[in-house]
Amino acid sequence: MARDGGVSCLRRSEMMSVGGIGGIESAPLDLDEVHVLAVDDSLVDRIVIERLLRITSCKVTAVDSGWRALEFLGLDNEKASAEFDRLKVDLIITDYCMPGMTGYELLKKIKESSNFREVPVVIMSSENVLTRIDRCLEEGAQDFLLKPVKLADVKRLRSHLTKDVKLSNGNKRKLPEDSSSVNSSLPPPSPPLTISPESSPPLTVSTESSDSSPPLSPVEIFSTSPLSSPIDDEDDDVLTSSSEESPIRRQKMRSPGLD
Amino acid sequence: MLGLGVDRLQADINRLLASLFHQGVLDEQFLQLQQLQDETSPNFVYDVINIYFDESEKLLRNLRLLLMDREFSDYKKIGLHLNQLVGSSSSIGARRVRNVCVAFRSASELSNRPGCLRGLEVVEHEYHYLKNMMHELFQLEQQRILAAGVRYPM
Repeated sequence: MARDGGVSCLRRSEMMSVGGIGGIESAPLDLDEVHVLAVDDSLVDRIVIERLLRITSCKVTAVDSGWRALEFLGLDNEKASAEFDRLKVDLIITDYCMPGMTGYELLKKIKESSNFREVPVVIMSSENVLTRIDRCLEEGAQDFLLKPVKLADVKRLRSHLTKDVKLSNGNKRKLPEDSSSVNSSLPPPSPPLTISPESSPPLTVSTESSDSSPPLSPVEIFSTSPLSSPIDDEDDDVLTSSSEESPIRRQKMRSPGLD
Repeated sequence: MLGLGVDRLQADINRLLASLFHQGVLDEQFLQLQQLQDETSPNFVYDVINIYFDESEKLLRNLRLLLMDREFSDYKKIGLHLNQLVGSSSSIGARRVRNVCVAFRSASELSNRPGCLRGLEVVEHEYHYLKNMMHELFQLEQQRILAAGVRYPM
């Protein structure tokens, strides 16, 4: 699919009315903020992952290929690494299946680099293939997310990330002002978005307060269902992992009221 | 006092969504999208779905062009397009479209041309059904917002 693939997908999509975001955030990044590099060749997926990350208080740079990711990180040529003193990347999250360079190949290149090998890399894939997962973990991937990625997945990543960044803040990046980076206290991860289905009807954002709270709609009932028990999908002939603690958490669709 | 139309419209929206879930047209991932919508991104669902429509229609057009070509033989390309469709449909919760794309993909893996043609028809059908339903949903939503803005003097 032909695409001009810039650094931030939001630049191309004028329909996105996300507040205050019109292009690449190239201003010097706030040291306290988590900066994530997201890599996915699918525009829809890029938009979703970007939103998932922003809603969990991350700064996001989204690119559409492994090559662009390397370019962004300055790993594509012999550029002096001094230039990247101010480049702060706390997490790289990449799709596995991409044309050209796969997420796995990107992972390897990142782990080979001296500047970024400490940065956690998370792989996303729509296929729950154990050999693929193993290969990525062996190569040093921090985690493996099954697509479609959910808010709970990103929140979990975010909470681990804050711990890591807090602990190794001084080591992670070479910055001119070391004092500010060592002492920066990251706020505990508290999701800004509270998921309370009762509070607002789906698809609407009421800027004015309603006099009466709407009754719990069927859709709201769906979203209050516990997500703890994965359902086997007859379509897939892959392994199921029911443990929520394992990094490979298989997010299965719930079909409320169906079959 | 808010216009009574709001409650009625909200009920219509809920009914439509419940129906789409029940039919398996949408799945839980659609709810995830709704959770990503808030005051800072009030049109998120609308925007993502429209981008999904644009991307999907490009892919469907390409698929049709490929299969209509009498000398067609590039099943691998069909597979790649379908991977995209499967992925994006899954990401927005378009379960039925995703599933029929998977079936179509199986036909392409077997280099089964008539199977592919049938598969494409089914995908196009499901896709257009979804699109119509989404338009209806967005229209209801639009009306609801307008109705909520009307204040009756007391």
